[in-house]
Amino acid sequence: MSVTLESQVGTPWKKPPFIQNSTIRWGLLIIATVYFFMALGSMDVNWERVYFGLERGRRFVAAFLHPDFGSRASDIKEGMMESVIMTVTSTVVGITISIPIALGAARNIAPLPVYLVCRFIISISRALNEIIVAILFVAIFGFGPLAGFLTLSFATIGFLAKLLAEEIEDMNKVQAEAVKATGSSWLQWINFGVQPQIMPRLIGLSIYRLDINFRESAVLGLVGAGGIGATLNTAFDRYEFDTVAAILLIIIVVVMILEYLSGIIRARVQ
Amino acid sequence: MPINDKNGVKVWQVRDRNSQLIRWAMWMAAGIIFYVSWMKISDQTTWFFVYDAPRIAADIGGRAFPPRWSYISQLGKPIWDTLNIATLGTFFALCMAVPIAFLAARNTTPSKLFIRPIALLIIVSTRSINSLIWALLLVSIIGPGVFAGMVAISIRSIGFCAKLLYEAIEEIDENQVEAITATGATRWQTMVFGIVPQILPAFAGIAVFRWDINIRESTVLGLVGAGGIGLQLQSSLNTLAWPQVSLILAVILVAVVIGEWVSAKVRGAII
Amino acid sequence: MLKLEKLTKVYKTGDKALSDVDLEVGKGQVIALIGPSGAGKSTLIRCINRLVDPSSGTATLDGVNLTSLGSGALRRERRRMGMIFQEYALVERLTVMENVLSGRLGYVGFWRSFLRKFPQSDVDEAYRLLDRVGLLHMADKRADELSGGQRQRVGICRALIQDPALLLVDEPTASLDPKTSREIMRLITEMCKERGLAAIINIHDVNLAQMFVQRVVALNLGEIIFDGGPTELTPDVLTRIYGEEDWEATIETVDDDEEGEA
Repeated sequence: MSVTLESQVGTPWKKPPFIQNSTIRWGLLIIATVYFFMALGSMDVNWERVYFGLERGRRFVAAFLHPDFGSRASDIKEGMMESVIMTVTSTVVGITISIPIALGAARNIAPLPVYLVCRFIISISRALNEIIVAILFVAIFGFGPLAGFLTLSFATIGFLAKLLAEEIEDMNKVQAEAVKATGSSWLQWINFGVQPQIMPRLIGLSIYRLDINFRESAVLGLVGAGGIGATLNTAFDRYEFDTVAAILLIIIVVVMILEYLSGIIRARVQ
Repeated sequence: MPINDKNGVKVWQVRDRNSQLIRWAMWMAAGIIFYVSWMKISDQTTWFFVYDAPRIAADIGGRAFPPRWSYISQLGKPIWDTLNIATLGTFFALCMAVPIAFLAARNTTPSKLFIRPIALLIIVSTRSINSLIWALLLVSIIGPGVFAGMVAISIRSIGFCAKLLYEAIEEIDENQVEAITATGATRWQTMVFGIVPQILPAFAGIAVFRWDINIRESTVLGLVGAGGIGLQLQSSLNTLAWPQVSLILAVILVAVVIGEWVSAKVRGAII
Repeated sequence: MLKLEKLTKVYKTGDKALSDVDLEVGKGQVIALIGPSGAGKSTLIRCINRLVDPSSGTATLDGVNLTSLGSGALRRERRRMGMIFQEYALVERLTVMENVLSGRLGYVGFWRSFLRKFPQSDVDEAYRLLDRVGLLHMADKRADELSGGQRQRVGICRALIQDPALLLVDEPTASLDPKTSREIMRLITEMCKERGLAAIINIHDVNLAQMFVQRVVALNLGEIIFDGGPTELTPDVLTRIYGEEDWEATIETVDDDEEGEA
């Protein structure tokens, strides 16, 4: 070993850098810094406008102290109902469709052509932003909750099928093989060998997706796809911050309840 | 294991009678809720439009192709803005998420009774509300533009990052922290030597993961006036310029795919 | 130099881990603390450097009452007590050198430690210690690349670089194989002799304790029930400490080992 105590004592010690090559290290640092300041420069902030806005910001914050649930109560109620309905139906339909797709997208149980088709569906669903999908669906199916329902179902498929397929690919092979060895049919094999292993994850993911779908349903209204978003948008346009605060508080509380429930349910199934 | 005696024949069942009934009742209830919800949606749908949908879809598709390729020259700046919104938004969000995460984690919070609930409240409220709503709000407060979009993205990301980060902090190995404390290190030194090295991989993973999501989200912020390529999308939609819409969607798709690829690469390099 | 008086620890759950422990450790004296699992060995050690706060009683180190110190003074006293842990407790994602130097945290300011700018004398001492335990060539490796025995050596370096007067050692060999265990125990006791350190070594392996240590203290249910030389550990005594079992075999192998080692 060439390292000896004599050669080391008296020499300063420095932590070995994360990137060994000093040219690359400094290069990356400089690029990152330059980019950072260019990006900041492109922000182009109109500070005067921001200054004027502060007053509105203060009013908005103050509105949270006295939210106005009353004056638009019927709009809020209707919007919330619509959001909840869209959330529930789309989650159910999305899950139902994503289970077969997840089975198809798991390389260890699906033949290659099926695998490719299912993976393609998943990629498409994941790559498209919900809002963009909603715009297209509104253009095709008209305004209303149907477009929102379809959007959320579509988004659920990409999310759930991908994570579920990964879970299936990670499952314990021995258990599944043991069931196959009994001479079961393919469906029986899925039912007894695969399903028990992925069930806890499926339930956990479904509830998580329910939560996401609710949050998403709150914005779909901005593009006319139903739900509380439309009411929210109107309130913003009229600068009715009290109503905005009321709606946002409701959303926050519902999300908190959903998260609390999902915590309980996930703890129970695992 | 319930075994029923039916006319002298023992019948094995997975569940006994009561739990079987409860299960059926729950499935029934779920079915009814779904049916009622579906009827509500159906009531508000103009089915005439829906029956007409294939024709309309084909019509839009026909107008949208081929995309107007020449329009791409006007998309450079919006894409640049979109990238900046996502990157700076993630950066500033992380700056705020780190202290909040330390205040929210059970093992590092200075006060479980006062400060932790406040930190948790910030986390819940910022992440419950979609970035598009934050953008709507900020546009109405500080006016339209890229800055509003950037602020919206960072506010939305605070809760997301802080939540994942404080969960990572709560999962650290306390032995390592104890060992550093035992050397006579101060609170801050213990943090830097005992805690930070343990959560650094999680931190990097979260940052890249959120950046990837933010790229997606910042592409649509323009719909409410908060800058980026969404602005072009909005104006093209308003003028029913479908060839431009299809080009913009294609560009967004490419951006998203590149973003996902980059984040996967970076994550692979770190972990 | 270290004196425990009526040291008692009752956990919030109501478990009494220590009750009225009196113990005196002289300068340069190494003692082994044995006893069944859950006897309170770990708690005793942690009550001394106050990783666990004792419920009542006092611990005094060279005349300083450790139990009543405020946080600043406590940190200063902790520098004088090096601790070695069961599962090594190295910060796994830091390098070996950083782990060793973290033993100096009590002596350097925050920004120096944050920027890893330790004084040259500390760095030299770290090199010397690593050389002493045969790990100098590993200095810039990350701690999680090391084997168990190597990690524990780094843990020893971290404790020694504090320049302590007392070593608190918590089951140093519990996760090591028999050969490495002996090497580690030998290293610890040698270091104590070289530097004139006192040490309390928690250990569940009676053999090892008898091999390396001149004084053995046994703890059961939070009370000291034996205090004497290693040869006084007769089957009767072991039965009192651990319960009924055939102890003859254990003791005989000890004698064989000692001859073999000599």
